[in-house]
Amino acid sequence: MMSMTDPSATRWDEAGQLEVLTFDIGDERLAIEAISIREILDLLPETPVPGAPALVGSVINFRGKIIPIADLHVAFGMPIEDPSPDTRIVVIETLLGGEETQIGLRADKVYEVTLLDRDSASAPPVIGMRWRRTFVRELVRQDQSVIVLPDLPAIFATLERGHAGLDSPLGHAA
Amino acid sequence: MSGNDPVAAFRIEAADLLDATEQALLDLTHDLASRELIDTVFRGMHTLKGSGAMFGFDALAAFTHHCETAFDRVRKGLAPASPDLVAVTLGAMDHMRALVESDDPALATAGEAILARLHEALASPSDNEDLATDAPANGNAEKGWHLVFRLPLDAMANGTNPLILLDELAELVEPGLARIIALPDAIPPLAELDPSQCHLGWDVELRGDIAREAIDDVFIFVMDDMELQVEPLELASPPLPEPNPEITAPATAAAPVPNGQDGQPARSPGRMQGGAGDSVRVPASRLDVLMDRVGELVIVQSRLAQLADSGIRGPAGELALRSISEEVERLASELRDTTMVLRMVPIAALFGRFRRLVHDLAHETGKTIELVTEGESTEIDKTVSEQLADPIVHLVRNACDHGLEPAGERRSNGKRESGTIRLAAEQAGGEVLITITDDGRGINRERVRAKAEANGLLAPGAAIADADLLQMIFHPGFSTAEQVTNLSGRGVGMDVVKRTIEGLRGTIDLTSEPGKGSTITLRIPLTLAIIEGLLVRVGQGNYVIPLAAVEECIELSLEEDIRSRGRSMITLRDRLVPFLRLRELFATGTRPDPYQKIVVIGTGGERVGLVVDQIIGSHQTVIKSMSRLHRGLPSFSGATILGDGGVALILDIVQLVALGQQQEERLRAAG
Repeated sequence: MMSMTDPSATRWDEAGQLEVLTFDIGDERLAIEAISIREILDLLPETPVPGAPALVGSVINFRGKIIPIADLHVAFGMPIEDPSPDTRIVVIETLLGGEETQIGLRADKVYEVTLLDRDSASAPPVIGMRWRRTFVRELVRQDQSVIVLPDLPAIFATLERGHAGLDSPLGHAA
Repeated sequence: MSGNDPVAAFRIEAADLLDATEQALLDLTHDLASRELIDTVFRGMHTLKGSGAMFGFDALAAFTHHCETAFDRVRKGLAPASPDLVAVTLGAMDHMRALVESDDPALATAGEAILARLHEALASPSDNEDLATDAPANGNAEKGWHLVFRLPLDAMANGTNPLILLDELAELVEPGLARIIALPDAIPPLAELDPSQCHLGWDVELRGDIAREAIDDVFIFVMDDMELQVEPLELASPPLPEPNPEITAPATAAAPVPNGQDGQPARSPGRMQGGAGDSVRVPASRLDVLMDRVGELVIVQSRLAQLADSGIRGPAGELALRSISEEVERLASELRDTTMVLRMVPIAALFGRFRRLVHDLAHETGKTIELVTEGESTEIDKTVSEQLADPIVHLVRNACDHGLEPAGERRSNGKRESGTIRLAAEQAGGEVLITITDDGRGINRERVRAKAEANGLLAPGAAIADADLLQMIFHPGFSTAEQVTNLSGRGVGMDVVKRTIEGLRGTIDLTSEPGKGSTITLRIPLTLAIIEGLLVRVGQGNYVIPLAAVEECIELSLEEDIRSRGRSMITLRDRLVPFLRLRELFATGTRPDPYQKIVVIGTGGERVGLVVDQIIGSHQTVIKSMSRLHRGLPSFSGATILGDGGVALILDIVQLVALGQQQEERLRAAG
């Protein structure tokens, strides 16, 4: 279990609730704390960054700042889908390595801002998931379905430890 | 903005004042008799004390007061200026810097230790009574002064705080040995009382061995208008009556903390740059130029508005519009240049710090070191200047500690006993070159090799070019110091220096001649924010190549492209230049344009060609940093935003040239 001092622990409020934005990545429903959402954008022209890991393969101009676009399909091992009319970019701000970092998440469909209950949350099971357990903070049951609270710092930390592990930079040059 | 905060302004002033005073002190070490320098130091301290007190830096004012007194005595010929005194005063300057920045009560202990040393350094056979805080108490209690003083009525309106004066008086003697009684006799009836006037007088008895000058110093700012009677206390006078606590000056507040450990605050070079905060001083003439440009911009704007309202269409309107557009373009570029210049500061400020550093290092290492600086008027971006401080500190330390030999060794090698460190700056094109030269022993190749082999950086006995061997010292974790000293040799350093310089988009070169010395050259771009770039297209992506690195652009015809497959070299004026096909490097997956171009870029003597699909043209590139998640990428140093809002990545020239060199070496090895 995560302790309360863990910076990546879920910050339930006193009533045991959490305000989140829900969206789809592939056939999974994900939720991210509403407090870290900056903006939801329609698709913009993206600039691919050669040599960058597939998880953050491109950048956009977000109000004069260059921010990376992250595709969580890659982190969860799902096939990358072509953008649909529902595709949006959810700009979040999160603390990575002590630095507030803005990242655009490519979401296949964005739903709503809603409240989750701590009582229906549980830690990810040890087995039976199709992705890395460390990438998931908690699973929350709601209306017959399960919502995933991803651990974004853990996902992006895989990039910090060296790009070579995921995708060798300039690997295609040789 | 900090500009409106008087305390912040005082901090900046104080930092400048301390720097100037420190320079005078350092000059004084070479010319102890110089009346002018002693006066400069005295005046500096005097001003610092006065304005410190005015802005509520009481601890600073009190501490500085003692140093000022010391130099006043020197000035009056009562004590000699000795190297000891200068050394202690330099320490005291550090303490003053600390007091300017924080009011940490722990500093008082350190301050006292410094004052004790100041006292020793000043000890002359005659009298040393004015440094009273650390004088032994009991023996002197029979001596003292009796003062009666009244301040002018408007003293408080003029910024004098009588309480501070009383505190200062009380501080002259041991706690409890000051008796202060207010004289209320001049207070007018309530109806006539103006509360902003100072009607009180004071009767003060100070018991302690203090000099008359010390008392005069307290009143130095109000002396002209006040009434002051001072007479020596009669020795036979009865012991002090228990003072009424209501009217006693709060002596305890300002009383020295009991003598404690000798804790001179650690001097960190990093702190020096903290003083000025985020403000920058700009000569007024530069602001005038900026103002002129803004004025022109306003005029052009109104022309544009007029044109929009006039309804002139067709060729005439187009012509007028084009003329305005050209005007705006010129103004934008001039505004950019003038604004950029506002951020430029002379490098003298940066170099000035190193005089003190070298002075301290000479003291620590027991070597005689002379620092020569050149090109101090060279200007450099303020941010760059700040970020350069730490790397240069490290390089200068290295030169003093490892580079320069002890005097004995120098003598036996037929060199002058005193070593020289030369710190020079000059502007060359869009770069500033900073060189740090020592005339020491040079870099010991065998030791570098042994260390590199021991750390597994180099195969034992492997052949390596001299320049490459020297580069080893920039490798993380490399340190040749056999003996770790206080100064350097902590095993971190040169690699950090290199990274910092590269972070500024600069380069670092090292040459070293055994027995003669070493030279380190830093090449730093003038500014970080905007560069001239060459916009090119590769596949569907746009990229910017810094124009400063571009040497020429040539065409690569389809036939040549096919013929050169597999070897990727072109002959350029009898030299083989390797080239990189960016389309392949970036895996664009597109077909090449029929007429590709090669952009030849170079740094130093090395050149490499970059094959691009199209050259779009020159582009004013405002550099934006890449996010944290993309910072580790080798080919890009940043990104910029194009006119249409899209993003173009900026190519990292140093990395690409290195990549081209590797490719060339591979090809040579293969063929």
